[in-house]
This record gives sequence, structure tokens and C-alpha cells, in this order.
Amino acid sequence: MTDANATRPRTRRDAQFDKIRDREAALAGTRQHTARFMSKFLNNRLAVVGFVIFAVICLMSLFAPLIAQHDPMSPNLRAIAKPPSAEHWFGTDKTGRDVFARVLYGGRVSILVGLGSALLSAIIGVIIGVYSGYVGGWLDWIAMRISEIFMSFPQIILVLLLVAILGQSLLNLIVIFTLTGWGGIYRMARARMLSIREEEYVQALRSFGLGPARIAYKHMLPNALGPIMVNITLSTAAFILQEAGLSFLGLGVPLSIPTWGNILNAAQDLRVLEQNWWIWLPVGATISLFVLSVNFIGDGLRDATDPSQQG
Amino acid sequence: MQPNDPILKLRDVQVHFPVKTGVFKRVTGHVRAVDGVDLDVRRGEVLGLVGESGCGKTTLGKAILQLVRATQGTVTYSGEDGETELTSLDDAGLFRFRKRLQIVFQDPHSSLNPAFTIFGSLEDPLRHYGVKTREERRKIVGDLLEAVNMRRESMDRYPHEFSGGQRQRIGIARALSIEPELIVCDEAVSALDVSIQAQVLQLLMELKREKNLTYVFITHDLSVTEYLCDRIAVMYLGKIVELCDAEDLYANTLHPYSQALLSAIPVADLDKKSRRIVLQGDVPSPVNPPSGCPFHPRCRYVVDRCKTEVPELRRFKSAKGEHMAACHLIDQPLAEQPLRTESP
Ligand code: SF4
Repeated sequence: MTDANATRPRTRRDAQFDKIRDREAALAGTRQHTARFMSKFLNNRLAVVGFVIFAVICLMSLFAPLIAQHDPMSPNLRAIAKPPSAEHWFGTDKTGRDVFARVLYGGRVSILVGLGSALLSAIIGVIIGVYSGYVGGWLDWIAMRISEIFMSFPQIILVLLLVAILGQSLLNLIVIFTLTGWGGIYRMARARMLSIREEEYVQALRSFGLGPARIAYKHMLPNALGPIMVNITLSTAAFILQEAGLSFLGLGVPLSIPTWGNILNAAQDLRVLEQNWWIWLPVGATISLFVLSVNFIGDGLRDATDPSQQG
Repeated sequence: MQPNDPILKLRDVQVHFPVKTGVFKRVTGHVRAVDGVDLDVRRGEVLGLVGESGCGKTTLGKAILQLVRATQGTVTYSGEDGETELTSLDDAGLFRFRKRLQIVFQDPHSSLNPAFTIFGSLEDPLRHYGVKTREERRKIVGDLLEAVNMRRESMDRYPHEFSGGQRQRIGIARALSIEPELIVCDEAVSALDVSIQAQVLQLLMELKREKNLTYVFITHDLSVTEYLCDRIAVMYLGKIVELCDAEDLYANTLHPYSQALLSAIPVADLDKKSRRIVLQGDVPSPVNPPSGCPFHPRCRYVVDRCKTEVPELRRFKSAKGEHMAACHLIDQPLAEQPLRTESP
């Protein structure tokens, strides 16, 4: 193809272009995409603090068996509702279980529920939203209506229904969160697609006759990832709070499994609330800290991926 | 296949977009973006498509490529394998012809995917057209970049590292990648600085000579077309109002709208006095085009007949082949026959 080009005599235009090229090569940005993203994220102190807290809590939960000296499940009848001590850092609860161990182990389940539901709903929402947003038409219409149905359905009633039919379980909770949660990410992904669809590079790909799935998932999705990641972090935080709320009401994960919500559940007892602060305060603080840190990360991501904020 | 044979024939092409209003999305009208265009694009020529923004020239360009499907009329491609009516093909059937027709876009900022390197953007179409190995694709992309006067190594960079002119050249390289026969240049240089414009235009012309390309050059800028185009079609409100040899358009302007457009070009030559014809009012809405001649609300010469009777595109006498215009007031018609009945 370039044979003609190679043998072509050099014209004045070539010389001009060479000059321009050299100038451009000297100017050409050495900072890559990812580098800019990282520097913007790292410049956001809150986001970094959030990320550190998030990492510490996650790692501690992950390595709970190595850190905690007590079994979170086994009662110790000689140490019922004891205040914090060297033996039990966060004290013990009403059946003599070590609260520190329970907070660590509870974190595993709570984070799993939060992150798991957020990721699952993101996967569903993105798969549907990216395609239907790009293709449009009746497919888009149907997807939109379905998401509206799920989003307008009161979550608590769905939970009651499923608990009544299937019983309480970890999996049920994740399923419910995913069902009620995918709509948000779907809508966002779809909205992004609607605006990206008009970009000329998409038109160019179409003019090559590339298939819609390939254009939507391979070429357009990477440009929508920023807001999608932000949304995943934010909905992780929301799901963890919801888990805590539902478990507090006794509707979430079965009480035998320690989760942050189930530990809080003990605080339903007024006596515990008034006299045994160590049973609910540490876990309450942990939840707040974790949710806050996730939100900070989300904000940091949002700023770092926002192209309108140069940095 | 003679060089002057039509490569594309457009017959009565209409593109109407439904206007939906209200909660229930009822169709309350149609935007007549392209409203009955008859046009032949000859093999090897540069055909300018000129008009103000909103006149439907971009939509017509996309309708040629089947990026927008015509609501009525036909686009016929003729090549070595005879004539094919593109408008009647579905996506699978179009596949073979996508290779022959390509487009270069206006906005250098949105014409490249910001998330991909240049190679990442350009390799997928190649893979789609059967270039199997990565090495081959890298070689082709490198060759393409050199053909548009860029360094081979640029392929591993991201679009934001390039200037507007460079991106436009990359866009041209992309259009060339599957060796098309016809390229639609949609305002391909309008977003660039004047000096860079000239370079990109020169590049386009050299590529045309080397690769025997045909261009449909869409622009609002009549100062660009004069030196570039062989023929020019002036569009107004979705219709072609004048179609003729490029030099003829400047020397012997027939249609009042073309006269107004031409008078708006800044003249460098001080001796050449030109009175600027200022058009009154805005371009009417293509949802509700004026009756009769679409240009009549803004025309200086309007007579009663213009308001009721739609002027046909008629053929007039000219030194340079055919000269077509759609206006009642131009006298001396060569033949009173409308274009539509002229071809088989
Ligand atoms: S037909 Fe009448 S209104 Fe239309 S351009 Fe000619 S003179 Fe003007």
C-alpha cells in the first residue's frame, strides 16, 4: 500500500510535515492515561485515607482466623457480657462470645454481601444497559420498563416475601440486593451509552460494519467504566448499610452467622444498649468507618475519572 | 468501468426523522433532513456538497454510507461486479460494500476512541476484514500512518497526545485502512486552523491520486471547495438547488441561494469588489418546510409563483457540461426535462 509512498520524491510538504512532526514529538505527552488517573486520585487526601481504612478493615476480616484469639461462635458461660479487657479486646456479649472476633468475622460476611451484591448488580446492569443503550429501539424500551418495575418495588416487601418463601440465607440476601440494585447501574450505563453513541468514532466503527455487541462492549464500555466504578463503590456502601438494617430487624442473614448487622441486633435489648456499650459501639463504629471510607474512595474515583477536571 | 461512470447513483433519496412529542411519544411530524435528492457521483471525481448547517448535507453523507437508512429512494453502487442497490440490503448484505465506502469525520476530538491507543482503534476493522495476525495488523497500521505523514510509533499512543491536525490525519488513515473506493469527507477540515487545513487538504488530494479515490466532500465553506472539487452540489433544506462544474459555480452562479453563499466568502483581492448579499431570517425548520420553493422566504427575487410551485432541478446551457439549478426565474432552459426521468 505504501510502495508508492516510499518511492515518491520528497516534496516541500514532506519537509514541512517533518518539522511539525518533530515539534509534536517533543511536545507529545509522556504522561499516560493511567498515570494521570493515579496522580489525581492520590492528590485527593480523603480518598487515600478512605482507601487505607478500607484496606485495613478488609485485610483484618480476611485474616480474621490469624488475628482473633477466640472463636466467634462458641459461647463462654464464664465470661458473659464482660467489658473490654486484655483477654477480650471488645469485651464479650450476652452469651460470652468474643465481640472482637465477631466483628472481624462479621466483616467477612458483611463485606461479601455488600461487595458481592454491588458487583453482581453491576454485571447485570452493565450487560443490559450497555447493549440496550447502544442499540436502542424496542429492546431498550423493554429493558427500561423492567428496571422500572424492579426499582418501584418496595425492597422490604421483597425481602419479607423471599424470607417467607425461601427462608433466611446469605444467598437470598445477595439475590434480593442484586434484583433491587441492578436498575441503578443499568440506568447509568445506559445514559452514558446514549451520549457516547453520538461520538464520531462510534459512527466510524459502524461504517466498517462492525457488529453492535463488539462496538458496545469492546469500544464503548471502556469509556463508561469511570462512573460505573464510582457507582459500584457507592452501592457497596449502601448494601452494607442495608444488610445491617435488615439484620438488625432480624430479616437479613441468619442470626447464627456473625455479620455486622447481626451483632448490632443484640442492641435491640434496651439493657444492652444502656449497660453494655461494648457490644454495639465497636461494630457500629466499624460500619460507619467502613461505609465512610468506601464513600471517600467513590468520590476520589469520580473526581479522578471526570475528564472535565484537568489535573 | 470508465473513470467518469457513476460510482454512486442517488435517486429520490429521502431521510425523514419522526418527531415524537408528549408522554406517549406520538409521532407529530417529520424532520425532512433529506428531501428527494437525485445525484450521481462519478468515479474519480471530487464532488462538493455545500450548504449551511442543518441543510441535510451530513445526513445525506451518512445515507450514502447507510449509517442512516433512507426512508425512501435508492442509493445504487456500481463497481466491477455490476450495480447494487445498497438501500435494499440488510446489515449482513452491506458487509461487502462497507469496504468500498468510508467516511472521515469533522470533529478530531471525538473521532478517535480516547480509551484506546491508535493501534487499538485501527486494528479492529482490519481484523474484521480478515487480517488475522497481530504482526500483519501492526505493519498495515504503521504503513497507513506513514501514508498520512505520521510516525509509525504513533500507533502506541493515545489520541489525547495528538493535535487536532494529527488526529484528523489518523482519521484519514483509518478510512483508508480497508482500501475504499469512495470516501465521504464530512467537514473534514472545518475544525482545523487554516494552515493545517491546507496541509490536510493537500494530503487528501495526494492520496486521491495515489489510490484512485472518489471523494464526496461535505462542507459549509465555499472557499475550500473551489480548488478542491470537480463538481459542486449546493443544498438547501434537504434539496439540491444547484449542481454544476466547480468553476462554473463561481463564474456563472445561477441560483439565488448559491449567489448569497458565494457573496459571503471573504475576498482577498481588493480590486474585485463584491457586494455581500445578506440573507434575511433563519433557515426555516425542516419539520415544516415552506411551500413552493423552499428558499422563497429568504429569496431576493421571489415572485408569486415561487410560493406555490416547487421548482424542479432543470438543466441549463453551460460551457462546462451540465449545469443544473432549481429556480423558476432562470431563463433559457436547455431542456425542460426534470432530472428524474433522464436516466434509465
Ligand atoms: S424559485 Fe423563486 S424563491 Fe426560489 S430561488 Fe428562484 S426566485 Fe427565489
